[in-house]
Amino acid sequence: MAVMQFREAIRAAMVEEMERDENIFLMGEEVGRYNGAYKVSQGMLERFGPERVIDTPISEGGFAGLGLGAAMVGLRPIIEFMTWNFSFVAFDQLVSNAAKIRYMSGGQIKLPIVFRGPNGHAGQLAATHSNSVESLYSNVPGLKVIAPSNPDDAKGLLKAAIRDDDPVLFLESELMYNMTGEVSDEEDYVLPIGKARLAREGEDVTIVAHSKSYWLAMEAAEELSRQGYEAEVIDPRTIRPLDYDAIIASVKKTNRLVIVDESNPMASISSEAAYLIQEKAFDYLDAPILRINSADTPAPYAKSLMDLWPPRVDEIIEACKKVMYV
Amino acid sequence: MALVIDMPKLSDTMTEGVLVAWLKKEGERVEPGDLIAQVETDKATMDLEAFDEGVLLKQLVKEGETVPVGAPIAILGEEGEDISELLKQLAGETTEAAPEAEKKEEEEKAVPQEPEKEQAPAAEEVPPSDGRIKASPLARKLAREHGIDLRTVKGSGPEGRIVKRDIEAILARKKEKVVAAPVPVEEQAPAAAPPAVPTEAIPYEDIKLTPMRKTIARRLSESKRTAPHFYLTMDIAMDRAVAFREELNRLAEAQGRQKISFNDLIIKACALALRQHPEINASYLEEEGVIRRYKRIHVAFAVALPEGLVTPVIRDADQKGLAQIAEEAHDLAERARARQLAPEEMEGHTFTTSNLGMFGIEHFTAIINPPDVCILAIGAIRDEVVVKDGTFVAAKRMKVTLSCDHRAVDGAMGSRFLQTVRSYLEEPMNLML
Repeated sequence: MAVMQFREAIRAAMVEEMERDENIFLMGEEVGRYNGAYKVSQGMLERFGPERVIDTPISEGGFAGLGLGAAMVGLRPIIEFMTWNFSFVAFDQLVSNAAKIRYMSGGQIKLPIVFRGPNGHAGQLAATHSNSVESLYSNVPGLKVIAPSNPDDAKGLLKAAIRDDDPVLFLESELMYNMTGEVSDEEDYVLPIGKARLAREGEDVTIVAHSKSYWLAMEAAEELSRQGYEAEVIDPRTIRPLDYDAIIASVKKTNRLVIVDESNPMASISSEAAYLIQEKAFDYLDAPILRINSADTPAPYAKSLMDLWPPRVDEIIEACKKVMYV
Repeated sequence: MALVIDMPKLSDTMTEGVLVAWLKKEGERVEPGDLIAQVETDKATMDLEAFDEGVLLKQLVKEGETVPVGAPIAILGEEGEDISELLKQLAGETTEAAPEAEKKEEEEKAVPQEPEKEQAPAAEEVPPSDGRIKASPLARKLAREHGIDLRTVKGSGPEGRIVKRDIEAILARKKEKVVAAPVPVEEQAPAAAPPAVPTEAIPYEDIKLTPMRKTIARRLSESKRTAPHFYLTMDIAMDRAVAFREELNRLAEAQGRQKISFNDLIIKACALALRQHPEINASYLEEEGVIRRYKRIHVAFAVALPEGLVTPVIRDADQKGLAQIAEEAHDLAERARARQLAPEEMEGHTFTTSNLGMFGIEHFTAIINPPDVCILAIGAIRDEVVVKDGTFVAAKRMKVTLSCDHRAVDGAMGSRFLQTVRSYLEEPMNLML
């Protein structure tokens, strides 16, 4: 197992796939000469040349559409958004075109394209630069949405996303790019899309958490363990399609569920998961399902408020205790 | 508010119970924890405990009557309380437990009769004033499965919500109470023939199936139907075992200890052999897709009773000395005959023996006792003439027959196990090693 940064794992996935298939190219703002705004694509221009690592103007609507056109005629683009906040300029390309073309062409046109970039809040970046987009885009049939929590999953799932013939949205995080972790040395390391990872086993309560919320959940689980309660932690890894079977199996065991999801609460991943679990595992629930989201406001700028705005470990512990009736 | 007490589910397999005897009369005061009746289940006779206080207003079931789990058997309430409405409600019910909706209705009707009166401890157990019982979906499901009336349960969750641990606490309390009560000295004679007109000319009498009889019928039919049995018989030289036992019992007698029976020797021999043959100390679990080999050795032995048989269990028989096995077996058999065994004393076996030697049976085959995969049928020890070193000599011989479930055990496996059992009995000093 090699130890890699999250950004290195993503780079490795792109490099390996680009060497495997010459139809793949990377396009986005500052991906080439500047080596990427977060240094994810460092060295890739040198390695693959300007035809396959393409710097764009600041025009998300334009280069997202360019990528879709390329995918329609057989190339396999990777489109980097400097952050997912800027994808809203390309919302029409994503929702009206990426998600619909395969359907409206009766399956005649495939769209093997990946849109990727950092998602969610990352400190005091204020309201417009702190959006978590997973619930927005997971609402759209025709899109797949992936949000890994560690370098190993990031590499295996990005390779799967690049090989997938449907549009895949791949959500990273500024706060996790520096994180290091062991990454499989397997030569062709591809993880299945739509499969959750059982990260920690426990009997007392199930916590479902993705992306950086996963680390909050693990921290809460460790503290609960010190207090004598064992939480089971599930990282869904893929948001759409969500691995309901894994969550249901765990809830049948623990009878309690807490969902941590940094989306805003209305129509979020947590509300969808909670809905489905009450439908499919009603008779196994010993307590209401609780969730921890970011507050139902735009992200604040003030540090004192930003400390309180996203999901927090103490809130997760409190919610777990509430559903355990302790 | 009057409470209906239902026939509880006192064991996992119980579907109906016989109300053997009432321990509280109508009009008598009842405190939580008081024993109000004795109930015979498929496993044992158990005491039915009250969870609420009040006056036993009505016995709905006569002594000796059989009712399904969940059926109402008594009404508990305040002295002088009017229960005519409730009785009417119950009369409208079939013998089946009342469906949820009906129960709710009956409860709503009962509320206005006793508006918010002091309810003593029971008051805590009564749901808040809107009359709804708050319970988690899981608690409701568990209560349904175990025949527990949620109205009798005090919820420990927020706003009195009944949650899983509340139901589990009741089940645990019930299990503790399951120390079986002695059967009242009832005439063992079969009940008189029912008034039904005989359909044939031959005179007959019908013996009502007891719960024990039904359990034997169900379990053994299922075993014989699902487990493909085959049988291995082995003849064992018992001369040394006979002498060995005489010697041990000379010592036991001198010390005033329990004498050791041949059965005890055989249980010990089997337990030690099972240690060497874990494939016999197992269960075949089709649903899980496994053969489960147990890491502990619990040997059951069949005890005949007038109305059937039971199989108490000697736990960790491989770890126990002969004196301890003899004492435990003696105690279990005595209490089995008095029908004082708790269900858990008959559960959890990994192997079973059955001995009909005392009846002079030379050889027989037994039906496997689920979830075991083998049972050993033990015949009588006979005096025989055998050929030894070219001449006839008198010898003690015993035939044992191992019934094996072919889904888990093959012929060679069973045979090797029997060889080991034989080696212990033919060289009994090994039992002491």
